[in-house]
Amino acid sequence: MNVELINIHKWFGPVHANDGITLKIPSGVIQGLLGENGAGKSTLMKILSGFYQADEGEIHLDGKPVKIESPADAIRHGVGMLHQDPLDFPPMRVVDNLLIGHQGGLFPNRAEAIRAMQDLQARFGFNIDPYAYVDSLTVGERQQLEIMRLLWLGARVLILDEPTTGISANQKEKLFATLRALAEQGMTVIFVSHKLEEVEELCHRVAVLRQGKLVGETTPPYRTEELVKMMFGKVVLPEDKTHFSSSDPLLRLENLSIEDYRLQIQNVTLTLHRGEVIGLAGMEGSGQRQFLQACAGIIRPVAGEIYLGEKRLTGRPYREFLEAGITYVPAARLEEGLIPGLTLTEHFVLAEPQNGLVVNRQKAAALTAQRIADFSIKGMPASTVESLSGGNQQRALLAMLRQPLNVLLLEHPTRGLDIESAIWIWGKLKERCRQGTGIIFTSADLEEILHYSDRILVFFGGKVSQPIEATKTSVEELGQLIGGKGF
Amino acid sequence: MDTTLIIGIAGILASAGPIVFAAIGETIIERAGVINLSVNGAILLTAMAGFAVGVSTGSVLLGMLAGALIGALVALIVAFASITLKQSQVAVGFVLALLCRDLAYFLGNPYMGLSGPRLPHLPIPGLADIPVLGTIFFQHDLMTYMSFVLIVLAYVYIFRTRPGLMLQGIGERPAAAYVRGANVNLLRYVYTVIGGALIGLAGPMYSLSVKAGWKGTISGLDGIGWIALALTIFGGWNPLRAALGAYFFAFLQWLGLVLQPSLPNIPSQVLQVAPFPLMILTLLLVNIGNAEWVDRTLAGLPERTRHALARVLRAMRTSPPAALGMPFEKE
Repeated sequence: MNVELINIHKWFGPVHANDGITLKIPSGVIQGLLGENGAGKSTLMKILSGFYQADEGEIHLDGKPVKIESPADAIRHGVGMLHQDPLDFPPMRVVDNLLIGHQGGLFPNRAEAIRAMQDLQARFGFNIDPYAYVDSLTVGERQQLEIMRLLWLGARVLILDEPTTGISANQKEKLFATLRALAEQGMTVIFVSHKLEEVEELCHRVAVLRQGKLVGETTPPYRTEELVKMMFGKVVLPEDKTHFSSSDPLLRLENLSIEDYRLQIQNVTLTLHRGEVIGLAGMEGSGQRQFLQACAGIIRPVAGEIYLGEKRLTGRPYREFLEAGITYVPAARLEEGLIPGLTLTEHFVLAEPQNGLVVNRQKAAALTAQRIADFSIKGMPASTVESLSGGNQQRALLAMLRQPLNVLLLEHPTRGLDIESAIWIWGKLKERCRQGTGIIFTSADLEEILHYSDRILVFFGGKVSQPIEATKTSVEELGQLIGGKGF
Repeated sequence: MDTTLIIGIAGILASAGPIVFAAIGETIIERAGVINLSVNGAILLTAMAGFAVGVSTGSVLLGMLAGALIGALVALIVAFASITLKQSQVAVGFVLALLCRDLAYFLGNPYMGLSGPRLPHLPIPGLADIPVLGTIFFQHDLMTYMSFVLIVLAYVYIFRTRPGLMLQGIGERPAAAYVRGANVNLLRYVYTVIGGALIGLAGPMYSLSVKAGWKGTISGLDGIGWIALALTIFGGWNPLRAALGAYFFAFLQWLGLVLQPSLPNIPSQVLQVAPFPLMILTLLLVNIGNAEWVDRTLAGLPERTRHALARVLRAMRTSPPAALGMPFEKE
């Protein structure tokens, strides 16, 4: 389907989120849409998929002007959107997820839905059990499910909003293969991302947005510097690879075993040294989260020992882990890390050691101003945390960490952030390492793991590899391990 | 089988009928994502009103209808306050629970102790004569039969039909339901009113059948609504489990009556009140697997015990509709 967006304008209060954007996307094309967080990509796509209505401008599908009133209306016109966080129903079964919103009689025909699903699965090489519960699937599988659902409903334009966030390298390959196959069959694919390599690898053409405006369109061969310049208006360079690892042991795990109702992790022995960074690679849900939470004292291991230096921490309450200088930063910033509704000032005050009953406003204001400056957070002291962008939320989380820290456990520290923010965050983390903090982190981005880690553990279905020296391995080798080869 | 026992079981099924209606009504409302705390007040008010209409018109069916209408009206207030005005559902429901109760006692004064019509006994020809089962299942009044039908109907509707799936969807993740074409707020209105009407039938089921008559504060109905609410939650928002809970509660009440003569040392009030704390205790035990501290304790146990316990607890685990109590706005 040929998609034309003509002179689209959208205001949110005083913010001009889309400023006269005109973009033509012919069918059979994978169109990349690049831009920093807040550049207006999502707004534009939400207008095309019916979530918002444009204040000005027109949408033409196959040459005919259309008015898209709601997401359901969009899918009737053949436009389907895959949201960053798949909009599905986690506690329900896969087949019921397909059926909700599908038109038909009182009693849905499960057999028919399953048949359609199996056809699509065969076409794209997916392998999802129709009777599985959605909350047992990985984010990548939930995306596959949404893609199948939209195709089943007759989508001929597929919009994907940051689809590679939170999925494994393997699933990313599969997703890209699927999108290529769809484009070959004449679908229009719009791929929204801020990750340059992915856009360069996948897209037939790229449009770049900055501050609500379309700043340029290019076709292959892409020049990375040119794209970066269009995105940011200036060139950012990745910083040097520096390591501060010492031979001074910090956190020791001896034959640690962890269990929850899905997964068993057995007999992990590992020593984290001062200043060292250990990256945890693996498919989402392979046990990395449980491992980090056990190190943080949130989950109690079923066997084995945890020591910090000479102090035995096994089975002790979370508070003692905190007092020992072990801190866990979860991936879900707003749900688990920050308190929506409270301001930056209130967060910083809460994170400080308590002195007296009443908050000293002057001191709090000074502290907040300093933190905002130190961590270059784009926000006011009175801004509530949920009003900040993802990158600034992550900065606020890091700004709240105590000084000094022994062990920092990070779950997806740069997930969903643009390159500039990610590099900046790692700069701050490496600064901690220089002061002797040991870091263990998870990431779905293998490049990130290779680039910043000293050693790497690969997780596969609860099994944990021996520590691998980051300098002696490659993306390919890690990819194989993540896929379960070599366990 | 012993005849007293058979009659006892039949009695339990009949006296649990109103609780089944109330708990399933609430289950439907909460599945749609709305919390309706007014149940207790609504049952009292509709019991009084249903009885009053029954006495004035001589028609039990009009009495039932009045109950359903008033129940729907009370629920409509909850819906309007929470969906349209986006006010706290807990506060509105709670105030309504108190208001309706006091209204029932106040307005019900003229009808205190009057004798009124009763739902007629309606044995089903043929089936009623089956030994044992006939007495247990087929010698009831209309509304008790309806309570059996309601359990099956609600279960099939919620879990097996297309609109039922969407009902689960709007309570679980309204944004995803909206993307799939649901008019979330309209559906929430509809299900809240339907659930309210079902709750509203529970009142007249008492005053026109199970505990016929209206005796004001000593009608013994105060508290039933809170039990129905607890059953909704601990029944895991599943009509079948909620109904089982209702029968268990009725069983405890029956036990209190049966044991009274053989336990002369225990004051009768204790036996009357005992089902309430016993019920809560049971519900707590059924759902203990939802608690985090249980996981921590389990991790310290030897392997075999741990696995066995974990399996049992998992099977009993329930989770609320994720968007329960949260107003929906598209963006």
